[in-house]
Amino acid sequence: MIGFYAVVAKPNLVKKLVGLSLFQAAVFLLYITMGKVEGAMAPIFMAGIEDRLYSSPLPQVLILTAIVVGISTTALGLGIVIRIKEEYGTIEEHEIHEIDHP
Amino acid sequence: MLSAGMVMLLRPRGLAWAAATAVSIFAFAIAIALTLTVLEVERQTYLMGSWAAPYGIELAVDAFSALLLLIVTGASSLALLVGYRSLDAEIETERQPFFYAAWLLALSGLAGILVTADAFNIFVFMEISSLAGYVLVAGGPDRRALTAVFKYLIMGTIGATFYLIGVGLIYLMTGTLNLADMEIRLQDVADIKPILVAAGFITIGLALKAAVFPLHIWLPNAYTFAPHMVTVFLAACATKVAIYVLLRFNFFVFQPNLAGHDLQFGYFLMPLAVLGILIASAVAMFESNLKRLLAWSSVAQIGYIILGASLVNLAGLSAGILHMFNHALAKGALFLTVACLGLSVARLDLNGIAGIGRQMPWTMTAFVLAGLSLIGIPGTAGFVSKWYLISAAAAHGALGIALVAVIVISSLMAVVYIWRVVQAAYFGTPQDTTTLPREAPSVLLIGVWVATLANFYFGLAPALPIELSGSAAALLLEHMP
Repeated sequence: MIGFYAVVAKPNLVKKLVGLSLFQAAVFLLYITMGKVEGAMAPIFMAGIEDRLYSSPLPQVLILTAIVVGISTTALGLGIVIRIKEEYGTIEEHEIHEIDHP
Repeated sequence: MLSAGMVMLLRPRGLAWAAATAVSIFAFAIAIALTLTVLEVERQTYLMGSWAAPYGIELAVDAFSALLLLIVTGASSLALLVGYRSLDAEIETERQPFFYAAWLLALSGLAGILVTADAFNIFVFMEISSLAGYVLVAGGPDRRALTAVFKYLIMGTIGATFYLIGVGLIYLMTGTLNLADMEIRLQDVADIKPILVAAGFITIGLALKAAVFPLHIWLPNAYTFAPHMVTVFLAACATKVAIYVLLRFNFFVFQPNLAGHDLQFGYFLMPLAVLGILIASAVAMFESNLKRLLAWSSVAQIGYIILGASLVNLAGLSAGILHMFNHALAKGALFLTVACLGLSVARLDLNGIAGIGRQMPWTMTAFVLAGLSLIGIPGTAGFVSKWYLISAAAAHGALGIALVAVIVISSLMAVVYIWRVVQAAYFGTPQDTTTLPREAPSVLLIGVWVATLANFYFGLAPALPIELSGSAAALLLEHMP
């Protein structure tokens, strides 16, 4: 939620992106905590120890995928910010607005 | 999708475009084949990696997916096929292979959403298509596209993250991600707070992606400043796929299990749809930039689709889904004409196109005809879906009369904003008489006219889309208690 606030309230574009990343990280935590089974061990299968209780590996796999998506999005977002800086000379939202609507 | 990587390596500029177009047409052919199969068999499934569902990821195509697949692959193919000149003019040569690679990624992402039956898979494909979409929108020469796409990225990612939260909560409660399985498992845990919260998050997230009012803010600027062919592709497809996911989730997964959900769904979305229709049409009336005018019109059309869906009966749902198809045709044709204008005219607003009807008669006539379809004149595809929508709404008693009034008023507003463009084009006096614009290249014109005439074909012989959307609506409603 802090991330969400940052996205909306901060005029600096990079801060917005950081807020977005925070927001996504929180969601990932939600998924991972879901997967933990009480008293279970990490879901790495070792030969000879088949009958132990494992934490569910599925949420961890899902989160890996989501983390990759999140990183690509952040990378793309930062790339756009760099281009904006090249074109406008600033990365503050209100200044960009001034330049486009004098 | 694999071809996207290969296309990147094709440096010669003509070659990248040719490869992308060939792939897109191939995809369209597959979509047609799938549609024909679906018309006979209700549902076709495929298990990825042969892992049995619900552990594995299942791909399934039914009438709803097939209809949208046709739209997505068809729009992509048409835009690529005829858009060579327009794209070449707008995108730097060295970046073209990357641009076409992004286009193919967007196409595969959208198609992926339509064929998968797994909730998390939807998220993955949704983000693939969105990220590729951001690249496409930013690909043109207009620097205002950059801020537009930044806002689109932020809002789109928030939407996707909300969707992820919702799916996570459902997974927490049911232990499955397969949509069909979810429906069964939810019956055991129905009506608990987390499920309602999950439904809320998923709906809001998808509404953001679909530009449902009031979460539509990213759309006008993104459509306006994107390269023209990108607008053709995105306007025809991206939001509709998001609505597809919204409807599928709501009807397959939530409706059977949450008491009174159909009413909540209707009550929540209907006012938003109405507001979207009225406000967006009103803004379009006062807008002078051509692309932004059409973009606001798109927000209104999305309102129509949501309105049909919020009626939650066979007629309303079919009308909404049919309108997805017809709007794709109408808006696709309109944005194609704008691309033609973009090649010859310096500024794409009402002053810039003054008097152009005389120099570019083919283009403007197509605009008028496609505009008629948008308004919903009898004989065009737009009329068919508006008619269905009105008859579905009228069956709702007093509220229905109000809805019919909304639809009629907004259609009148559409007449106004289409007329403003027509008036400028035919009755305006050109300001710069030294350089007269030439008619658009024939290839582009052929594409424009194919799209425009399709509007009339499907207006006079709408059997196929009606059957598909009817089956789709029936499918969705089957799952109601």
